[in-house]
Amino acid sequence: MKKSEFPDPFKEARESKGFGEMDDQNDPVTMLLRLKDVRKSAHNWKTFQSGATPGRIVVPSEVNIRDTRQIPFEVDPPLHGDYRSLVEPWFKRPLDPAYQGKLCKIINDIVDEVLEKDTIEVVSEFSLKLQSRALTLLLNIPYEESETWINWGTHVFRSDDSALDGDKASILYDYIDDQIEKAIENPGEDLYSMLLASEVNGKKLTKEEIKGVMILTFAGGRDTVINAVTNSISYFAEHPESLRRLQAEPEIRGKAVEELIRYFAPLTHMGRVVTEDTTVCEHAIKNDSRISLCWASANRDEKVFENPNEVVLDRKINPHISFGFSHHNCLGATHARQIMNILLATLAEKVKSIDILEAEENIEEWGEFRRKVGFEQIKVKFNAN
Amino acid sequence: MAKITFITSENESITVESNSGSVMELAVQHNVKGIDGDCGGVCSCATCHVHVAPEHFEKVGEASEIEKDMLELDDNVSDYSRLCCQMEVSEALDGAVFHVAK
Ligand code: FES
Repeated sequence: MKKSEFPDPFKEARESKGFGEMDDQNDPVTMLLRLKDVRKSAHNWKTFQSGATPGRIVVPSEVNIRDTRQIPFEVDPPLHGDYRSLVEPWFKRPLDPAYQGKLCKIINDIVDEVLEKDTIEVVSEFSLKLQSRALTLLLNIPYEESETWINWGTHVFRSDDSALDGDKASILYDYIDDQIEKAIENPGEDLYSMLLASEVNGKKLTKEEIKGVMILTFAGGRDTVINAVTNSISYFAEHPESLRRLQAEPEIRGKAVEELIRYFAPLTHMGRVVTEDTTVCEHAIKNDSRISLCWASANRDEKVFENPNEVVLDRKINPHISFGFSHHNCLGATHARQIMNILLATLAEKVKSIDILEAEENIEEWGEFRRKVGFEQIKVKFNAN
Repeated sequence: MAKITFITSENESITVESNSGSVMELAVQHNVKGIDGDCGGVCSCATCHVHVAPEHFEKVGEASEIEKDMLELDDNVSDYSRLCCQMEVSEALDGAVFHVAK
């Protein structure tokens, strides 16, 4: 199998019954696998709630490692909409040409950097750096701050390493507390300061609420962006013709971004807590149990996508849900899309080919399903155009 | 050339002319408020939802099945809802009026 091939482990369960079941720390999860069911349930916030105990809608659950509510992600309408409209304009800044110019410089620099080297490990030496540097733009803080986050390594927010969870999470939480204090003393043009100066429903945001927004901003865009970038590099390594095509037909770039994001589905699923006895696919789901919305499975639903297991670079109709669906769709999607778009442009312009020297897959286990989501590490050589 | 009018939810009316591309692209180029086109027109974001003025609906025709599935769950969907990234600009659309849903 090619390194850039990401098989669909959900096919059989999706077709035969539409759901899967898994245990997560004694709080079981029914995974919804079909695109229509996932969309409908994502839309139905009354029955499938986000505003549950903080950490419970995440799979694996983070109930034991945090109390801070992530905002607006762990809040339901109508309050959700009040928070969301406060932060939305900020997270749409990547549409601004000046922002894009800065992002372009960051990505150009890092591609130039790796073209100079013999070999590099993509996850830690390319994707992590790129993600961290780009995040300084999203927060609107000095570039140098990215050094701190790069030093944390790729795993600081991970929660499947349960012995270390709490410790790892507290590095981030303490850091955010500090940054909030600094912004109180010295308000600037950054996201912390914007939040400190804001009100929702006539009330100033509390430090705890600001922390909730910031944790989400850090955690939501970390391994997801790292996987999207790393996996795309593996794809171009094995499909140099696609790089040439993007160079010759820059107009398909937007479609290519959506297709890579559909295919790789950087976040496998997200949970909800059920607020009343209900059924999905004729399967009974009890009040106060959990479901998950499996974006990765939905994106390969053969009822919707032709050749779902192939990367069709210029796929025209592509109703994927890698950025989620409905009220809670990904706040960072605009930033993520810009990163991918500029990355594709830069690679097409500067890179002739990429050789994979060594790769170790990152396999997730969800009950009966084993899903490749990215790479633990992948060593490559970039060759200049 | 097709003359196309967008009416935003704040009742601002914007009339533009074009002969190619999608209606979403046209709206984004002219900064029509409420049409974001986040996914670039691949039918995945529904940020290009419009209501076609009923008397012009014949010009644009029915949505495809995939588009209908997207619209079904969008807020304030109507019988005249379309995703404007799924409509190509052509002579046939001349005079059409689209009310921005958001
Ligand atoms: S632009 Fe995304 S669905 Fe039309």
